[in-house]
Amino acid sequence: MTTTWESFLTVPVTPERDHIIGRPDAPLTMVEYGDYECPFCGMAFPVTEEIIDRLGDDLLFAYRHFPLATVHPHAALAAEAAEAAGSQGRFWEMHGLLYANQQRLEPPDLVARAEMLKLDRDRFVDELRTNAHRAKVRSDFMSGVHSGVNGTPTFFINGRRHDGPADLPSLMESLQAAVPRR
Amino acid sequence: MQAKPIGDARSMTDLRHEAPLPTGTPAPEFDLPSGPDATLGLRDLHGRPAVLAFYPADWSPVCSDQLVLYQEIRPMLEEFNAQIVGISVDGVWCHRAFAQHRGIEFPLLADFEPKGAVSHAFGAYRGAEGVSERALFVLDPDGAIHWSYVSPIDVNPGADGILHALKDLTGREAPV
Repeated sequence: MTTTWESFLTVPVTPERDHIIGRPDAPLTMVEYGDYECPFCGMAFPVTEEIIDRLGDDLLFAYRHFPLATVHPHAALAAEAAEAAGSQGRFWEMHGLLYANQQRLEPPDLVARAEMLKLDRDRFVDELRTNAHRAKVRSDFMSGVHSGVNGTPTFFINGRRHDGPADLPSLMESLQAAVPRR
Repeated sequence: MQAKPIGDARSMTDLRHEAPLPTGTPAPEFDLPSGPDATLGLRDLHGRPAVLAFYPADWSPVCSDQLVLYQEIRPMLEEFNAQIVGISVDGVWCHRAFAQHRGIEFPLLADFEPKGAVSHAFGAYRGAEGVSERALFVLDPDGAIHWSYVSPIDVNPGADGILHALKDLTGREAPV
């Protein structure tokens, strides 16, 4: 085996498996692997918002879970809460609320957010209690491990891992470099 | 017991870009402190695949993410019957505090005295900085190198290369 290695996204983005913003046929795809308890992901949240806003129809954005439970004990359940909101059609709203206050990720905090979003509270609580979305979160995590996710946040742009900083100039530079030549 | 004497310190500092030992090479013998009263050596790794993760320093943000990630994927490594150890030039007490703080449960070996000698023997020492490279080695059960990789020092290599190498070595499928 050689000593060269390049990490690439092994599970392509599809509207069926992923939470997406943008057109599936957009020329640029950016996938974020994130952890709701990770402060660096919290800092990256407004950056992704800005990129989505700037690139419009040119970008397909997808978010996948990568909870690092060893250091972030609340991250896995928070990810399941986002999925539970997603099962009621409000994934991105919950995603934003979770990143808006990363200090409050205890179960009652998650339920309070569900109430803010006027979700079916009993269903939400039941799905968290039974870990109904654990398998989806694990599937995201495993897809990340196999793709070379190396911490959070990790971004893939058109399938290639972005190894620079998770800030606006660096991500925009990678995105511009990935625009397919006509 | 050290793999190579390091009588001439200059020979290490001049080797700024060592090449990691390649596939097929028997891993150098070593025996390093894994704690205040214990050591761990190549012979302890025989019989199972092993991952050696050399890294520059405890506590630096990139390293911590990398080792925390390896802690997270230990169940996947166990599916390959593989063991993992981390190796840096930090001392045993530093390793202990770091491991406790980050919840790392696999052994961290101290390549502390003579400094960096084992890293150097694997071709994974940065003489100019006096730290180990961010280098990965996957050893077969007989202690031969099956795969090696040196990452740019500031880039956490993730776990995909390790899993790919273990899959190739064992013929088993990685868990998904």
